[in-house]
Amino acid sequence: MLNRNSGKRDFTAGGRLTSPAGRIHFPGELLLRSAALFSALIIFALFGFLAYFSLPLFIEGRLGELFSLHWRPFQGQFGILPMIVGTLLLALSALALAYPLGLGICLFIHGLGPALLARPLLLLVQGMTGIPTVVYGFVSVFLLVPLLRNLFAHGSGFSLLAALLTLALLILPTIVLLIHSQLGQVVPALRLTATALGIARERELLYISLPASSYGLLAAAILGFGRAVGDTLIALMVAGNAARIPDSAFDSIRTLTAHIALVVSTDSQSTTYQSLFAGGLILFLTTAAINLLLHRIKSRACPSGDGS
Amino acid sequence: MNRLVTLLIRGWSWFSVLLFCSALASLLWFLLRHGVPTLGLELFFGDAPVGKAILGQVRVWDALWPACVGTLLLVLLAALMALPLGIAAGIYLACFAAPRFRQIMSLSVELLAGTPSIIMGLFGFALILFLRKTFFPAANTSLLLAAGCLALLILPYLIFTTRAALDSLPAGLKMIGPGLGLSHLETVFHILLPAAGRGIIGGVILALGRAAEDTAVIMLTGVIANAGLPHGLLGKFEALPFRIYFLAAEYQSQAQLDSAYGTALVLLCLTGLLYCSAFLLHKTLEWRWNRQ
Repeated sequence: MLNRNSGKRDFTAGGRLTSPAGRIHFPGELLLRSAALFSALIIFALFGFLAYFSLPLFIEGRLGELFSLHWRPFQGQFGILPMIVGTLLLALSALALAYPLGLGICLFIHGLGPALLARPLLLLVQGMTGIPTVVYGFVSVFLLVPLLRNLFAHGSGFSLLAALLTLALLILPTIVLLIHSQLGQVVPALRLTATALGIARERELLYISLPASSYGLLAAAILGFGRAVGDTLIALMVAGNAARIPDSAFDSIRTLTAHIALVVSTDSQSTTYQSLFAGGLILFLTTAAINLLLHRIKSRACPSGDGS
Repeated sequence: MNRLVTLLIRGWSWFSVLLFCSALASLLWFLLRHGVPTLGLELFFGDAPVGKAILGQVRVWDALWPACVGTLLLVLLAALMALPLGIAAGIYLACFAAPRFRQIMSLSVELLAGTPSIIMGLFGFALILFLRKTFFPAANTSLLLAAGCLALLILPYLIFTTRAALDSLPAGLKMIGPGLGLSHLETVFHILLPAAGRGIIGGVILALGRAAEDTAVIMLTGVIANAGLPHGLLGKFEALPFRIYFLAAEYQSQAQLDSAYGTALVLLCLTGLLYCSAFLLHKTLEWRWNRQ
C-alpha cells in the first residue's frame, strides 16, 4: 500500500512477468500453485464451519429466537439482537468521531499545517498501527474509565462512551493512512495549478483535492467501519458487556465480538453455541460484505489494477 | 463567509492534530509512568531464582516468564506454518498466476485479511467441537491449535507483502532476465526474489508483530492465566497479551496491577521493535531503488 510505483501495472499487464495461463512450467510450480489455492480456499472453510454449526437454528426455524432481545442462557433464551445493536452503535459512533478527526489530520499533513511537521506527524500515525489493541484497552481501563466515572458521576464508567473514544483512537490511523495515500496522488498534480490561479490552500483542498479523491474518502470510511466492527478487545475490556440495548452513551453495551469471546471463555452448555455461531456467521458475512464493497469501489477507481 | 469557512477548516485541522497528539501522548506517558518502575528481574521471574526459572526447574508464579515463553513459542509455531505457505502463494500470485486467476485469488485473500480475528478463534473452537464429535473425543484447545489459527490470521499479510515486494521491483530489473536469455523461472529465482528479499522479510516481521499482539484468537483457542511454561504442543499456555487482558479484568492486589503495567510496557516494546525494524527495512529498500 505504501508503494506507488507507476511502472508496475504497465509491466505486468504487458504479460512479461506473468506466464501464459494454465500451464505448469516446472515441478515446483505445482507446489506454489497449491499454496495459493489453499490460501484462497481458507475463507470458504471458515464460512463452511460457521454455517455448519449454526445450521440447526435455520433448519428448525428458530430464527425468531435468535433475533430476540433477551440473552438469558439459563432460561433457554438466546437472543443476540442487543449484541447486534451494540456492535452497530459502537462502530458507527466511533467512525463518526474518528472520521472528521482523520480528515482534519490529513488536511494538516497536506498543506494546512507547517510543512516541517507533516512528515513527523505521518510517522507518528504509522507508528501507532504498531501499538497492540490490548494496550489501548488496558490504558483505557485505568485512565479513561476512571476519568469518565469522576467526570459524569454516572455508573461505573465502563460504557459505550468509553469504548467509542478508545475505538476511535484505534481506527484513526486506518482512516488517516487511506485518505493520505489518496490525497498524496491527487494533491501534487493539482497544487501548482491551483496556486498559479491564486486559490487559497484551504479552498483548494476543500473544493478541488477532496472531491478529486472521493474514492479514498469512501474507502477510508468503509475500512474504518470494518475495523471497528471486527475489533474485540476494546469492547470486551471497556464497554462493560451488559447484554441489553443501552439507553444512553453512559450505559454499558456488549458487542458481537465481545459476546463470542465471553461465552466461549466461560464455557457454557453446548446449546448456547448454536446462537454463538450464528452470531459469528453474521459478523463474518458483515465484514465479508464490507470487503467486497471495498473491492468493488477499488476496482472501479482503478479498473486495470487488481486491488493491490 | 468564505473567510469563515477557511478559518474553520484550518482551525479544525489544527484541533484534530492537537487532540490526536495529546491522546497518544497521554497513553504513552501513562504507560511509561506506571510501567517503567516495575521493570526488573522481579517482573519477569517473581521470587524464583533466575537460572533455574529459565531452565524450567522452578515454577514461576505471578511473573512474566511463562507468558514470554508462551508468546515466543506461539509466534514461532504460527510463523512455521504460515511462512512457507504465504511466501509461496505470494510468489505464485506475483510471478506465475494468469491475470484472471490472480484476481480471483487476490479477492479471496483480501476477504481473509478483512475477517475479524475473533472469527479465526471461533473457527479453531469449532474445529475442536467438530473433532470431539467425530474422531478425537478428547480433543481440546491447545498451543498447536492457537498457533494454527494465528497462522490463518497472518497468512494474508504474508501473501500481500510478498506479492507487493515482487510487484514493486523496478521494471528494468524485470527485463534483465529475459535480456540475458534466462527462462522465466530463472529470472524469478535468481534475479527477482533476491532483489525483493528485504521487502519480503519486512513483511514477515510485520506479520510476527501481528501474531504476537493478537489476543482475540488465542482467548478462544487455549490460552489460560496460570498455565506455567507450555507443556508440549497439546498443552495450555500463557501469553503476554492475554496476561494484560486478564490482569486488567481480575487483578486482586496492587502488586498484580503493577505487574500488568509492566507486561503492557514489555508487549508494547516488543511490537514496537518489530514494527520499527520492518519500517527500516522498507525504507532501505525504497532508498536502494530510488537511488538507481
